[in-house]
Amino acid sequence: MPAPYKITVENAGEATCYENERVLVALERAQGFGRLKNLPRKLPVGCRRGGCGVCRARVLSGNYRTDPMSRAHVSEADEAVGLVLSCAIYALGDLSLRLEAPQPHKQTPNIT
Amino acid sequence: MALTGVLRPGFVQVRVLDMQAAIDHYTKRIGLHEVMTGEDGRVYLKSGDEFDHHSVILRKADHAGSDLMSFKVASEADLDSFEKRIVAYGYPVDHVPAGEQPGIGRRIGFTTASGHRFELYAHAEFSEPKPLIHNPDVWSVEPHGMGARRFDHALFYGPNVDENLDFFEKVLDFRCAERLDTPDGLLAIWLSCGMKAHDVAFVKHPEPSKTHHVSFELESWADVGHAADIITCYDISRDVGPTRHGITRGQTIYFFDPSGNRNEVFAGGYTYYPDSPTRTWDHTEIGKAIFYYERQLNEAFLSVVT
Ligand code: FES
Ligand SMILES: [Fe+2]
Repeated sequence: MPAPYKITVENAGEATCYENERVLVALERAQGFGRLKNLPRKLPVGCRRGGCGVCRARVLSGNYRTDPMSRAHVSEADEAVGLVLSCAIYALGDLSLRLEAPQPHKQTPNIT
Repeated sequence: MALTGVLRPGFVQVRVLDMQAAIDHYTKRIGLHEVMTGEDGRVYLKSGDEFDHHSVILRKADHAGSDLMSFKVASEADLDSFEKRIVAYGYPVDHVPAGEQPGIGRRIGFTTASGHRFELYAHAEFSEPKPLIHNPDVWSVEPHGMGARRFDHALFYGPNVDENLDFFEKVLDFRCAERLDTPDGLLAIWLSCGMKAHDVAFVKHPEPSKTHHVSFELESWADVGHAADIITCYDISRDVGPTRHGITRGQTIYFFDPSGNRNEVFAGGYTYYPDSPTRTWDHTEIGKAIFYYERQLNEAFLSVVT
């Protein structure tokens, strides 16, 4: 199937993802165009390079390839069940995914 | 003599997921030079404007972040006296033999209350390229990429920032150039061991031993703009800027290396004298303190670390 691919974000909307494009970057663009209306919170965007872990997601269906992902955020067992850092995966077809809640200790401290 | 004891930041050891991508980023883009690869695979880098053997070490690992930051002290005797003072404060000190990193003498290491490893050392060999010292032209090798002139400082995230402040002031003779207070207490400190506005900084964070950014100094605001062009042209992930920090007044851009570690390149900032009073900020102006033009924090500032 040729790109662009359709990324469906569970309960939120759809994004268009181009060949060799990081899935998170496709989601950022879709959010900018108002296509991810029903996200429970702002799309979490951090390093976009698989290091910080804020973009954790679960792939529900579809094929993709991955860049290295920090093992502090995605273990081998996680990866085996489709848990990924969405900035470090590239769609190889249409994908459907669920954004994961941030891990408890990753939450932003309240400073106001 | 103006500077005694702890002179300045020495080196930082950064964990990377893909070594070749990291080497390309830090050399071709940031503008450092590759000095050598060690027997254990660690890669040693420096700016052409630094004399000492290296200022950045890349270590391949399965997760991002940094292993340690070091400071250079003026003499071997300082190493011994700092060891006594650190132990007296209650922190264990370990010893790293000369040569564990090529070109670097013996080191002493300890862990702060924020969970970060720091090391002190007194001796470093020179390596090429380095600044000229006789009838010196402005450089021995033409700058490239962003033209980083030195590894300048790092910002770390972790708990017990109050204790870090006490330790760095009482034991290592740093001074607090700026601090940020909130109704919940001290949120962040910017510490100087010399005459720069900061050499290391800490922000309060629930998880210990986190790294927010590793920073490189550029010559001018125009160079920060050039760095921004490089960031877009080579599809480097940008975080924020070009902008200015209210704190330290540095003109800055934040971006990420290929492993997701945040980098900063910056120019300017004021001169800090040892008799300068501490500048203070409170929670009502926290946006301006961190990002002077945006006047608000971006979501990533407090939550995205490695
Ligand atoms: S945004 Fe940092 S790991 Fe994806
Ligand atoms: Fe900085």
